[in-house]
Amino acid sequence: MPDLTKIYDVLVAGGGNAALCAAITARQAGASVLLLEHAPRAFRGGNSRHTRNLRAMHERPTDVLTDAYQEDEYWDDLKRVTGGNTDEGLARMTIRASSGVFGWMQDCGVRFQPSLTGTLNLSRTNAFFLGGGKALVNAYYLTAERLGVVVAYDSEVLALKMCDGTVRDVDITYRGYPYTVQARCVIASSGGFQANLDWMRQYWGDAVDNFVIRGTPYNRGKLLKNLLDQGVASVGDPTQCHAVALDARAPKFDGGITTRLDSVPYSVVVNRHGDRFYDEGEDVWPKRYAIWGRLIAQQPGQIAYSLFDAKALKLFMPSVYPAVRGDSIGELATKLGLDPVKVQDTVAKYNAAIGTGVFNNTGLDGCGTVGLDPPKTNWARSIDTPPYYGYPLRPGITFTYLGVRVNERAQVLMEDGQPTGNLYASGEIMAGNILGRGYLAGFGMTIGTVFGRIAGQEAARHARN
Amino acid sequence: MRATEATTTLRREVEICNACRYCEGFCAVFPALELKREFVEADLSYLANLCHNCRGCYYACQYAPPHEWGINLPRSFAEVRAESYEEYAWPKPLAGLFQRNGVVVALATAAAIALVLILTMLVQAPGMIFAKRAVLPGEFYAVIPLWAMQVIGIATFGFSLVALAMSVGNFWRDAGSERRLTLGAIAHALHDIATLRNLGGGGHGCNDNSERFSMVRRRLHHAMAYGFLLCFAATCVGFVYDTMLGWAAPYAFLSVPVLLGTIGGIGLLAGTGGLFAMKLVDDPMPAARNLLGADVALLLLLALAAATGIVLLALRATSLMPIMLALHLGVILALFVTLPYSKMVHGLYRSAALLRNAIEKDQAPLGGGGG
Repeated sequence: MPDLTKIYDVLVAGGGNAALCAAITARQAGASVLLLEHAPRAFRGGNSRHTRNLRAMHERPTDVLTDAYQEDEYWDDLKRVTGGNTDEGLARMTIRASSGVFGWMQDCGVRFQPSLTGTLNLSRTNAFFLGGGKALVNAYYLTAERLGVVVAYDSEVLALKMCDGTVRDVDITYRGYPYTVQARCVIASSGGFQANLDWMRQYWGDAVDNFVIRGTPYNRGKLLKNLLDQGVASVGDPTQCHAVALDARAPKFDGGITTRLDSVPYSVVVNRHGDRFYDEGEDVWPKRYAIWGRLIAQQPGQIAYSLFDAKALKLFMPSVYPAVRGDSIGELATKLGLDPVKVQDTVAKYNAAIGTGVFNNTGLDGCGTVGLDPPKTNWARSIDTPPYYGYPLRPGITFTYLGVRVNERAQVLMEDGQPTGNLYASGEIMAGNILGRGYLAGFGMTIGTVFGRIAGQEAARHARN
Repeated sequence: MRATEATTTLRREVEICNACRYCEGFCAVFPALELKREFVEADLSYLANLCHNCRGCYYACQYAPPHEWGINLPRSFAEVRAESYEEYAWPKPLAGLFQRNGVVVALATAAAIALVLILTMLVQAPGMIFAKRAVLPGEFYAVIPLWAMQVIGIATFGFSLVALAMSVGNFWRDAGSERRLTLGAIAHALHDIATLRNLGGGGHGCNDNSERFSMVRRRLHHAMAYGFLLCFAATCVGFVYDTMLGWAAPYAFLSVPVLLGTIGGIGLLAGTGGLFAMKLVDDPMPAARNLLGADVALLLLLALAAATGIVLLALRATSLMPIMLALHLGVILALFVTLPYSKMVHGLYRSAALLRNAIEKDQAPLGGGGG
């Protein structure tokens, strides 16, 4: 059993990438560190266990990244996806720091590999972890334990007792029993609140019952809520979350990467009334897949169906569930529980509107529909080659944007703008400072790594003084 | 390959893996499965025999137990692999020997030792068995006649070679490649076989029994496999010395066959001992429990072959030589006889799987374009 009576220099709330980077860095700087992970050991690592890469700036090709990805291009990408909903100072600092993390990560046992198939478009910007995020998390835990970080699983941080902007005590449960722990500094790395459906329900109503949570069920946002209730400044729109189109048969939690569906650009997507509702071919899929969660969330029953024919089956990565199959559009519609007459009509209208372009799945081919509303502007081909296939789709929630405000030293700020005395934050709980909207593949891991290391450094220094 | 509960489980798992692909840096299995959308039994047999059981994918898996999908590829592959040994065995009536294989190998070993001991007693004059011996050429044959060694050795080993060839032929017809064999592919496969490239998690090591990476298992396997090959080379050189050059055994300590056998024997002992010790502290989760018997039986048989050979070398000038010679040859006989019906076959099927992999490695994976 971990010693919960000792006063630690640094207490880290959370057990994912950002928490581990903070804990290891603080320990390397000489601090005594207690890391409290809500999940049991088998499910440790928060959402990091479902990740696979980290977006990193680099001036020239490295052993894990091709070509170059300079600060300004990185910043432009971030500005575009967030629509300016970011903090340029913090963002540029994070981007610059991302080029210098590899040596430290490799020293901690993290291994990299060439980019995965199906993600070649990311080989220039993102470094892939060998074995994915769980392997990274495993490496960090091994390193943390070797260095003497005290790790407690099944340990949820319930509340920080703050007085004049300084944390005095920390209320936790350890294996279901309540304890009060003391530490000179606290680092909050406990993620967002997307697994807390009751909190989500405040903004989405009963639609949340049809949402799938892609990651860990342990991100309940308890610490986040506790901090915001005590006058800590918030960032990010509380009503917003990153949502993608998932196979509707996915488990409620922890389905991770394998339930996502990349079929949309090669299909027509209808709602449960059999109507199309959005341009499936608006842009290349990596730039568009994150809008489809929201689009489906706005449809009746929060469900949609991606329909395509035999020509399209092998153009995208398979999902974990087999596609529903029919020898005719009508049979497929019936199997999916849709009105066959209506779906046949929708597909017939779509087929009749196909333009004259040449299909090319390697880029925007301009092969669009004519006179159809909504249009399909690229990759529009007749759906006419049996067998026909379909996937049911639901919104899959990746993370929420609401967080605590921090400065460039990872100190958590109060509503009056003053930094707290001994409270730091890293990872998803503060990512909204930089990624206030949208999504950039691998950027969450970048923020977690960079701010984890800053928070660990700063907390260890503060504890020493 | 027939459909079984094990192939059904494995198919469900590899379909999930094909939608994830996080493990593709670990070994050849994942790029190979990405070439497929649907997996028939023969594909599963191929993938199972391609798997080197390094377990990198188990510890890295976000869907490993206790996740509700319970992905445990090392165990599922091992179970299908074991079934494939039975499936391809030749002649068919002997396929059942792969069930409870640990017991079969142990009994065969005991029987072979007993048989050689009894035959040795029968051909010796009473009292001669414990007589004082000197290290003279032809001395071994005074205990067991050369013709007996040769006839039994060639007959059993010859039959085993035929059985192995027929078995691997069965594998190749079912799960081999339809594409043309090239010299380059053969060279590539030989390199993979000789270096155990895939037993290293992309060069960082195996997960022996935890999340920690280690090269221990690969090195122990090298010691064992190359030790075995050196011993086999020693046997072959001895055969040539005796039958072609007329130089009768035993040979001097610094002669080629004795040196090869001694170095090989030490490697075999170190390898098998180490691998056995690893079994004792194994993580039971990714291991296939019902296959432990077959694994341990072969390890012990190989260790016994090495140990009796080394003891025979040490005691060959004493009155214990005849007993040790009979014991050693009994063990070797057991090895020859069980060769096509023990875990030994894994090397052959894996080599064949690596050859198919080398032939097909230039193909592009299906899917792509996703973010």
